Amino acid sequence: MLKIENLHAEIAGKEILKGINLTVNAGEVHAIMGPNGSGKSTLSMVLAGNPAYTVTEGTAEFFGKDLLAMPPEVRSHEGLFLGFQYPVEIPGVSMVNFMRAAINERRKYLGEPPMSATEFLKLMREKRAVVELDNKLASRSVNEGFSGGEKKRNEIFQMAMLEPRLSILDETDSGLDIDALRIVAGGVNKLKTSQNATIVITHYQRLLDYIKPDVIHILYKGRIVKTAGPELALELEEKGYDWIKEMADKD
Amino acid sequence: MESNPLLQYIELYKANRELLDRGSAPAMNALRSRACGILESCRLPRKGSENYEHTDLDAILAPDYGVNVARVPMKINPAESFNCRVPNMSTSLFFLLNDAFAATDLSLRKMPEGVLCGSLREILKSHPEVARYYGSAAEPENPLVALNTLLAQDGFVVYLPDGVQLERPIQLINILKSEMPLMAPRRILVVAGRDVKACVLVCDHTQNQEQDYLSLSTVEIICGPYSRIDYYDLEESSPRTQRLTALYAKLQEGADLLVDGITLHNGTTRNEYYVTTCGEHCRLELLGMGILNGTRRLETYSLLRHETPRCKSNELFKYVVDDEAVGSFSGRIYVAPGSVKTEAYQANRNIVGQPSARMFSKPQLEIYNDDVKCSHGTAIGQLDENQIFYMRSRGLSEETARTLLKQAFMADVIDGVRLPSLRDRLRMLVEMWFSGKGADSACAGCNPEEQSADGCRL
Repeated sequence: MLKIENLHAEIAGKEILKGINLTVNAGEVHAIMGPNGSGKSTLSMVLAGNPAYTVTEGTAEFFGKDLLAMPPEVRSHEGLFLGFQYPVEIPGVSMVNFMRAAINERRKYLGEPPMSATEFLKLMREKRAVVELDNKLASRSVNEGFSGGEKKRNEIFQMAMLEPRLSILDETDSGLDIDALRIVAGGVNKLKTSQNATIVITHYQRLLDYIKPDVIHILYKGRIVKTAGPELALELEEKGYDWIKEMADKD
Repeated sequence: MESNPLLQYIELYKANRELLDRGSAPAMNALRSRACGILESCRLPRKGSENYEHTDLDAILAPDYGVNVARVPMKINPAESFNCRVPNMSTSLFFLLNDAFAATDLSLRKMPEGVLCGSLREILKSHPEVARYYGSAAEPENPLVALNTLLAQDGFVVYLPDGVQLERPIQLINILKSEMPLMAPRRILVVAGRDVKACVLVCDHTQNQEQDYLSLSTVEIICGPYSRIDYYDLEESSPRTQRLTALYAKLQEGADLLVDGITLHNGTTRNEYYVTTCGEHCRLELLGMGILNGTRRLETYSLLRHETPRCKSNELFKYVVDDEAVGSFSGRIYVAPGSVKTEAYQANRNIVGQPSARMFSKPQLEIYNDDVKCSHGTAIGQLDENQIFYMRSRGLSEETARTLLKQAFMADVIDGVRLPSLRDRLRMLVEMWFSGKGADSACAGCNPEEQSADGCRL
């Protein structure tokens, strides 16, 4: 599904990613962990196509197509979804209009006719239930005045609406209380199929109690320095990142 | 010696004084010599001078525009050739064709007892109780007012005696149409008595867009005690239309006035707003919106005079400026020494799309007592790149994202429109404008040439 080779990227002249290699297959859940400033969010932004970041070297293929050549909206149409660490507030644009525009632009890309208003509202209702998102929030401006938890729930709601093939969830657990975490993680699990894949970016093992990863990668100084099974998360929780850092710095 | 563009108008007046007087009303004629004296003794404010920083009056007034001094009638029926169909909006419809009131069957519609609505010239002639308000709010020394007073022969009047509550909005459509360069000096007078409630919607349109026009309007609004007046002024003219409008309003005790100036299509526009409170507990909403592209220019100047205690005003102007367009806002709130408990808020927010576009903003507060709540603020910026990326990451094209954000930017000005059908229509016009569907036509959906048989092409 996703094949990243030797990916280098920088922002404002500062190199953050220094040769990432990563392969994700359908049906898999990958977790990317790592200390602050290791490049986790940069990786997600680069994959989603944020124009503030520049790729200087390397390739990323998404279902055999050159992901890096696509503008962000085409990446979305092709089935890539980024759940933002800090979802952006857009006053004056209602969630309903935003989502309808998103769904219909995708349908246009796929050569399908726009969704009717009735169909669309039915879909909204159905997907809202996945993350128990209040109807009132769905009728307000995008993320405006939402609490931290509501914003994250809204991200998963959008993910449910767009039914991506690959979801990258950047620190979806940050700012969530335990109930919200359960709801958000539950939403992600409900959306999981054998045909899609998820990359979960997190600091803490806590989220991985709810979203069970198949593989865990440790990102440090812009490189994946260790890849292992789910047991790695527990080890990290116990020992911290220092031993990984020491090991990587020695190399 | 530099030429003075006012001279041609003064000469025109002197040579045609009798003709002008004959085509007009005595109340209007009575003010002409004084206006002439003012113009003879003044020079036009220079571009760059205080309050005229970005308007070149000399250049606007220099061309040799024709003025229909002899009242040559236009042989068109505006009600037939023009059809402004805002869905779900039923208005009492009136027309000004260039500078003359155009009587149509529509204008004979029955109005409530005592209401006078129609040709300024005719009503001022026959109703001295209305005529005494002519020139009662506008400042004679303002060169735009003086020039208008010198040459205006007709216009539109709305006279609403005490207690009248109009259910249906009054809509005035100003049409510019001419085979030669034309100046249209128009005058609008709205007089509302005690407890009156009414809504006036003025739409400026230009037909024959290849022609040069100068629209020179003076508007006077007298709000009686506890009246509530909504005045919407929508410009949908053409790139070759120059518009100079000075609006004066006086608010008596408890009056509630909404003035909303909307510029969707224009050439060069200067809109001046002067509002003065004359009694306590008045409320004023002064809103405005300008969407500019190409080489269009829009300058707004406002002066709100809080002369009385316990009044509230809220001023909000928003612009989106693209291409080589130039926008300018200069707003002043004056709070007099005795005007305690005044609440006055002013904001001007702008989005500038390209480095070639220009926006100037000058918010001003002048307060002479301590017991007030006032604020002013301005912001000029670009669309937020983080918002654009967020929207694109959900599949919206960059263009759609920008369009939605620009619409969202105008949302609060549009929400300030109290007339629901007009609000919906504006939302749609703005949406079409930003999505490029309405950018090159005049009034999208209102332009007669563009209309299909069933009226609205939208």
